[in-house]
This record gives sequence, structure tokens and C-alpha cells, in this order.
Amino acid sequence: MTISGVALLSICTLLGVWLGDLLGVVLGVKANVGGVGIAMIFLIAARLWLARRGLLSHGLKTGVEFWGSFYIPIVVAMAAQQNVVAAVKGGPIVIIAGVGSVAVCFAMVALIGRLSGPVETIDEIEAREAEELVRPVLGLKSGRIG
Amino acid sequence: MNMMSHVLTANTLLTAFAAVGILMWISGAISKYLTLGRIHGSAIAIMLGLALAFFGGIATGGEKGVADLPALAGVGLMGGAMLRDFAIVATAFEVDVVHARKAGLIGAVALGLGTVVPFILGVFVALAFGYTDAVSLTTIGAGAVTYIVGPVTGAAIGASSPVIALSIATGVFKAVIVMIGTPFVAKMIGLNNPRSAMVFGGLMGTVSGVSGGLAATDRRLVPYGALTATFHTGLGCLVAPSVLYFTLRAITGS
Repeated sequence: MTISGVALLSICTLLGVWLGDLLGVVLGVKANVGGVGIAMIFLIAARLWLARRGLLSHGLKTGVEFWGSFYIPIVVAMAAQQNVVAAVKGGPIVIIAGVGSVAVCFAMVALIGRLSGPVETIDEIEAREAEELVRPVLGLKSGRIG
Repeated sequence: MNMMSHVLTANTLLTAFAAVGILMWISGAISKYLTLGRIHGSAIAIMLGLALAFFGGIATGGEKGVADLPALAGVGLMGGAMLRDFAIVATAFEVDVVHARKAGLIGAVALGLGTVVPFILGVFVALAFGYTDAVSLTTIGAGAVTYIVGPVTGAAIGASSPVIALSIATGVFKAVIVMIGTPFVAKMIGLNNPRSAMVFGGLMGTVSGVSGGLAATDRRLVPYGALTATFHTGLGCLVAPSVLYFTLRAITGS
């Protein structure tokens, strides 16, 4: 049933947000501490548990996935109701923070790549797999992945 | 005409669905024909959303963008905290823990760095622009992580709407630069193998930015980058309004 997916999602979200609020009270801040993240962990755990028991029905999946596929439109609606007029007065903060974080992250990708040594490129992997396919004439097993 | 506006205001949530849907169609068309698919339709839609909020704010003099227009009040409900949290949590359903193991330690390191490094950078930029309170600094720093982590964090710790708008805009801008810039720097940063694609996904985060950027570089790398990027939002929503916020609160003392 579709409603079981929507209900599961609701329960996970409510539990997560409640725990986030609780954590805020315990830690003495007026904030929801990581509630959405906690709710996501609940949902991942629930999915694993249901899958292991073979209870992951089509309807249940539909109920959750519908809302998952709805998140970009919801983010668009969220963007459309912000106080952008006041934000524009903040100046070029958006451009500097955006460009800066991308530049730093590009550099980190290069750095991690260099530090962890050379690896086969995707061209080399495909060339090797193509060779392996050609060589054993009797071996009909395809090792190629799309 | 009067009857039409009555129907729209009496069914505000449905009006919002229709309005956002039309906006997404337009964005899809802009993405396809004006940018030749380079910039993802979702990023264009969010930018158009912010632009409409700007004009809505000027037209009404209010603080809630287009939601201050009576016919579009439903946008406030659709993009409000309740449905937003609901939909974002739902995206975790597609996360496959078994696949996550493939990314291994290097993916985890990239994810950690991809959350903390942009956050710190965002905080410093916000400091340079005169923000001093921990709530605004955290929200803008979280926006530099992704455009989802920013507003989720801002709403959780009680940031003001202009600051949340700044954090969304920062995240969207970041996603757009990743989409456009990746093919140009791909060679320089060694983006030609599955492992570096996974590191890239973990560091950059935004799924739309990563999949768009990798698709323009080498289509075969997309699944590897998306694999780590899908964890980025969850991790950010978990640590930004908690560990990172508390660290900043302790440092700034406010």
C-alpha cells in the first residue's frame, strides 16, 4: 500500500525532528540539532530491515519515492519565498563563497589523487576488459559493465 | 477574471504546485535550448525561484518573496519547513549502504573534507562581510556545502530569511560552477578514473552539480561520482546544525 510508505516516511521524519529538538534542549540551544540527518538514518535503517525481511513492497517504495522525487520542486518553492531583496543587499558574498569553495574542492581532488598514487584510468580499464573479452575464445562470460 | 483569482486563492497549495511545475518546465526548456544541457534544469529553476522572490519582495514590500502575493500563498506551504524536511528525508531512501562500501575509506575522507572545508571557507567569507553571530555564520557556511544543507541548517538553528536566501544562492551558484567548470579542469585534477570520480563526488557534494559536471567530462564516470555525492546532503544535514554549529558557538561565544 502506498500509504505505508508515506506513513513510514512520516514516522521517520517526526522521530528525527523530535530527537533533534530533544538534543537541542539537552544541549541548551534553541535549535533542532541534526534532526533531518537523524531522520535520514532512521529511513535507511528501516529500508535495510524491511528489505532483509522481504517486506519492501512496491506500494511502500512508491509512497517514499514519490516524495523523494518531489524535493527539487519543493526547494524551488522554498527559494521563491525567501527575503531575497534583503539578501541582495548583502553584496557579492554569494559569488566569493561559491567560487572559493569550488576552487578549494577542485584542488583537494587533485591533491588526494596525487597522494594516493596512480590508478588505471577508465580508458585503460575498458581497453583491458575488451582484451580479456577477445582472448578466451571459449569463455562466453561478459565482464563488461555498461 | 475575478472568479479565476478566487479559485486560485481558495486552492493555494494546488496553485503552488501548478506554478512551480510551470517554472520547472520553463527551466527545463532553458536548460535544453539555451545552455545545451550544460546547466541542469533544477539549478535554473532554483535561480528563477530566487529571482521571482526578489521581484515578489519588491512588488509587495513583504519579507516572504512570492508567498506574500495572495494567489501564491501556497508556495509558503509547499516550500515550508514541514514538506521540505519530509521530501529531503525521502531522498535517503535511494541510498544503498551496500554500494557505499565500494567507495571505501577514500570516499569517506573525501565526504568529510567536502563538508568541513567549504563550510570553513563560507564562514570566513561571511566574517569578511560583517556577520559575527554563530547562527548566520553557520547558515552561510552550510550554504557553501550545498543549497540543501544551507536552508535546512538555517531553519533548524533559527537564522533570518535574508541569511537563508544568501545560503541557498551560494549553494546554487556553487552547483552551477561545478556543472560548467568541471570539464575545463578535469585533466588538471586527474578526473579520468573511477576512484578520482568518487573523491570528486564526495568533495563537491551537490548531486546535480556532480552529475552534470561529470556527464560533460566523461559520461562513464557519472555513477561513481553520484555514489559518494548522495551521502553528502545527509552528512551535511547531520553535522552542520550540530557539531559545526556548536564549534562556531564556542569560538564566537554568541
